[in-house]
Amino acid sequence: MFLLQQGPAETSAYMIAGYAVIFGIMLVYLISLHVRRRSLRQDLEMLQDLEEKEQ
Amino acid sequence: METKPRLLTILDTVTVIMLLLATAMVFFYAPMEATMGQVQRVFYFHVAAGWVGMVSFLVAAISGVAYLITSDHKWDTAGLSAVEIGIAFAFINIVTGSIWARPIWNTWWTWDPRLTTATVMELIYLAYLMLRSGIEDPDRRARFGAVYAIVGFVSVPLTFFSARLFRTIHPVVIGSNDPGAEGTFDMTTRMLQTFLFSLLTFTFIFADLLWHRIRIGRLADRVEQLRLKTMQ
Repeated sequence: MFLLQQGPAETSAYMIAGYAVIFGIMLVYLISLHVRRRSLRQDLEMLQDLEEKEQ
Repeated sequence: METKPRLLTILDTVTVIMLLLATAMVFFYAPMEATMGQVQRVFYFHVAAGWVGMVSFLVAAISGVAYLITSDHKWDTAGLSAVEIGIAFAFINIVTGSIWARPIWNTWWTWDPRLTTATVMELIYLAYLMLRSGIEDPDRRARFGAVYAIVGFVSVPLTFFSARLFRTIHPVVIGSNDPGAEGTFDMTTRMLQTFLFSLLTFTFIFADLLWHRIRIGRLADRVEQLRLKTMQ
């Protein structure tokens, strides 16, 4: 593909897209961990309250 | 409520600093490749993400063996956590590879042995999650999951060696390339340093995420136990 090319190809847009995907997916995964943790903590607190009321 | 271990806070901090450093090295320290241009910079995190994917699935297989020997649920949690992280990073690897391929191979996708085996590997582990979600009994789910993670691991060395064993256009970083490989380049010292530091950084990211995910798994187990107790 680069046989007749002089100098580096102009591929900056692909690089930006690549790093957007990398950081985007990592960010989404981190947010999903945070959301799950917060929701589990709320569930735990609610269940502990229920348990205390029953006793 | 379980407090966050001090060591995990240190690991979080070190990992973030390393990621910032690795990113700076990719953009400002590593030279631009002479033919491919800027898109070659995707290579550093593309390979590192693939590395994390494969290490995750190895950890899942080891956790599977440990669960079958001990029947301790902490290994089931570790295995599930590793698979989840592995799927995310293997996905990053596949998508960034496709983005790199567009200007280099002039196509987003081709059914090359490396691309095919990587996709099959990803699908195998997505099926792991589906299998688990279909089983209600925790012991049975853990046992099936453990066996599946061990058997599914066959796809990992197959993916790793596919670019070395079969005719392929995918470049090989370590070891000899197929003469038909397209997008190969000679790594300069700075490129090699950036590449190795990226691998190390992503290994830290994996360890950090795994620890966090296992803690969530343990919390989920506590919630489940308490829920069963209050229902009785």
